[in-house]
Order: sequence, then C-alpha cells, then structure tokens
Amino acid sequence: MRFVDEFRDAEKARALAAKIAGLCEPGRQYKLMEVCGGHTHTIYKHGIEDYLPESISLVHGPGCPVCVIPMGRVDDAMHLAADPDVIMTSFGDMMRVPGSTGSFFDAKARGTDIRMVYSPLDSLKIARQNPDKKIVFMAIGFETTAPSTAMTVLRAQAQGLTNFSVFCNHVTIIPAIKAILDSPDLRLDGFLGPGHVSTVIGCRPYEFIARNYCKPVVVAGFEPLDILQSIYLLMLQLAQGRAEVENQYGRVVPWDGNLVALRAIGQTMELRPYFEWRGLGFISHSALKMRSSFERFDAERLFSVPGVRVADPKACQCGEVLKGVLKPWECKVFGTACTPETPIGTCMVSPEGACAAYYNYGRMNRQRVPVTIERSRP
Amino acid sequence: MCLGIPGEVIEIVADQPDLAKVDVSGVKRLINIGLLADDRPAPGEWVLIHVGFALSKIDEDEAAAAMAFLEGIGQAYEDEIAALRESLIE
Repeated sequence: MRFVDEFRDAEKARALAAKIAGLCEPGRQYKLMEVCGGHTHTIYKHGIEDYLPESISLVHGPGCPVCVIPMGRVDDAMHLAADPDVIMTSFGDMMRVPGSTGSFFDAKARGTDIRMVYSPLDSLKIARQNPDKKIVFMAIGFETTAPSTAMTVLRAQAQGLTNFSVFCNHVTIIPAIKAILDSPDLRLDGFLGPGHVSTVIGCRPYEFIARNYCKPVVVAGFEPLDILQSIYLLMLQLAQGRAEVENQYGRVVPWDGNLVALRAIGQTMELRPYFEWRGLGFISHSALKMRSSFERFDAERLFSVPGVRVADPKACQCGEVLKGVLKPWECKVFGTACTPETPIGTCMVSPEGACAAYYNYGRMNRQRVPVTIERSRP
Repeated sequence: MCLGIPGEVIEIVADQPDLAKVDVSGVKRLINIGLLADDRPAPGEWVLIHVGFALSKIDEDEAAAAMAFLEGIGQAYEDEIAALRESLIE
C-alpha cells in the first residue's frame, strides 16, 4: 500500500514539476526562500530541488530557532546554570549549541545541573520536586513555542510556584523576514511561508511582504507535495504578475492563527527594543521578554546576567547561510572542521539547520528528475 | 522541538480540563490542550502537539500524513518521541 502511495506521489510530483517548468520565463532566474527549517529538511530529504528547473533556486531562510541564538546568550544561560542554587531546563535541540566555553552537554558533564525536558511544563514538576532550588527554563523558539512558554508561566502563577522562572529567548519571524528583504545581499522573488509558526500567527502578518515589497508568499505544509504545490502557486503568481499571501496549508493553518495562543503571549511577554540574532546581527523588535507584571518569572530580572556579546568563530559562516547568501557547502568549514558531531556553527547543530540537512542527505550535486515541460498560459 | 507530532485524544482529565491524555504512536502521555480553548478537542479527535501543547486540531488523514513525514525524518523524530516518553506533565 505504501509503495502504491509513494508511486502515486512521484507521479503527482512529476506532474507538478512539469507545470512549474511551464511557468518559467525564458532567461529569468528565480530565487524562492523557504523560511522554515522544517521545509529545508523536507527539501533535502526528498530532493525537491531535483524536480525543479535550473532557473529556480531555493534559498534557505533563518527559520531555525536553535540556529539564530547568538553565542552570548548561550554564555548567559551557562552563567545562570552555574549558580549552585539553579537547575536549568532546556529542550534537547539546545543542548549541543556551542557557547564560548562549550555546550550545555559539556557543562552538564562538568557537573552543572542542566536537565533536558520535552515541554516547558516538565519544568514545573521539577520545581515542585525541588523546592530548595530555583528552576530556570531556557526558552527558545519562534511563535510556535512561545505560546507554550506563556501558558507554562500562567500555570506556574496559578499554582503559586515561586521557584520557577524563564530565561526568555523567544524570537519573532516577521522582523527577520523584513531584515532579509531589506538586506542588499540578496534578491528574492517569493517566500514559502512557515507552516507551524503560521498556525499561531495566521497569514495576515505576511501581507506587508506582498503589499510593500510586491513579493508573493505561500504558507506551505511539510510534505514533499505540499512544497511542490506551494512552489507552483508562487510561480503562478509571478507569471501572472500578482503578489499575494496564499495559504496552501489551510488544513492546519487558520487564516487568523490561534487567538488563544496570541493572547497568552501578549499577556505574559512584550517585544524587546532589539535582539541579536546569530549571523543577522541586531534586529529591532525581533524578540520577546517577560512583561514587568510577570517579573517574578523573569530570570533576567531575578539573576544577574552578564549580557556580553560574543563574536562567532571567524571560520563560521552561519550568518551568510542563515541569510541565504551562501549555500551550506560553500562555507569554508562545512563537512571538514564543522560536522553534526562537532559543530562549530549552529546551522550544523539542529536537524532543521540548513547545514545539518545538507550534510545528512548529501545533496551537494543535483541530479535532475527528467520532466516534460507543460506550457500553459498563465 | 519544532516538530508537530500528531496524537489522538484518549480522554480529558476529569479535574483538570486543560489536560488530556493522548496516544502518540502507542506512547500515552498527558498534554496541555489549553491553546485549543476556543475549539476543544474531544476523545477520538486528533491534535498536532508542540512541546507538550496541542496547537491545532487535525483530521485523521492529516495525522496519518504527518506521521508518515515524521517517520521519514528518522533521528529527530525518534529523539522527540524519546523526550515525550520522559515527559512529566501533570
């Protein structure tokens, strides 16, 4: 049964590829950015680029939350965790991200109490079990995970927990997209909008991209056919001279997002004036911190945090990769000094990072799938 | 962490309506359904779970497709399920 399904999918993929090829204007080069690391993963895993004409290139965006955490914030977290009264909790993805003195895993090996959790809610149980300790949750992620941190804080408040706080590193996707659009390094033709982030924020926040920058956006699902279908929708808009926001992932993403989630974020967190992103530098209003009314859950207020800015290792070109200026394999240390086992840069750490995806699926040489071009009047 | 994992709601916890027991590939754990307060899932319905929170309701076909996608990505999914097994939500 599975074989039949896969066979049918391959047929559908070729049919979509033919329609996409038919929409390409001769002599024009297209650059489409997939914002989300999950999409990057699907693209390499299934060799989506092999189905596309040479004139279309997919550019990988900044949507990997682990990848964009700057080294200084990792060092700040290490400083918090080094307090003997503190138990730090963190998602597994964060454990291998290098700070200037190594990763959380390295610190754990040296005796620092850092525990991996599945959910921020797990931290609440750890807090109840360890009333003489202060539990600090290393909160990372875009709008997909920010609501879970917000709901956890609200739950801690309702339960009257006094030994739980959050080291808030949540970032917001829209300012990062805007920074890329404003960057002179890269000319993009359209965007595959992130799937899960959009479940929370909906599709409206992307409207400025269509309106002010005249670029189409298609919010896309995660399966190979979703990606191809979304590329087709982008190419159709470009061929017809339209720039709109479309939702290919309507079966999961509501146009208005999840209002309960947005309320929870708004109730507990507010925008920072600016935040440093690895590789992208400081971006205005691009991250969240705890609201002053929730200061007793804010690790940055409860503890002293050094807040020192640490430059990335010179050899690392994650910044260029995150902006889509360099392909992962064009980085000088890719696959040699920097591998998933011993990552130098964050893009190699997370399975959603573009470098790790490239490395794991060995997609350095494209071999195109032959497709018949289906010319149709747009 | 960013993976959305499909789970079938088995039951809503009687004295804590924000919590539900779900079945994710045979692993039964409690998750928080507070973010779906506007459209509460019932037992037998499927949800997409992010870090212990149901973020959206999905139908069974979407759940099967999402699961096939996750099984295809290998290690990252296995890590996520292993983490879910260790989860302490209550």
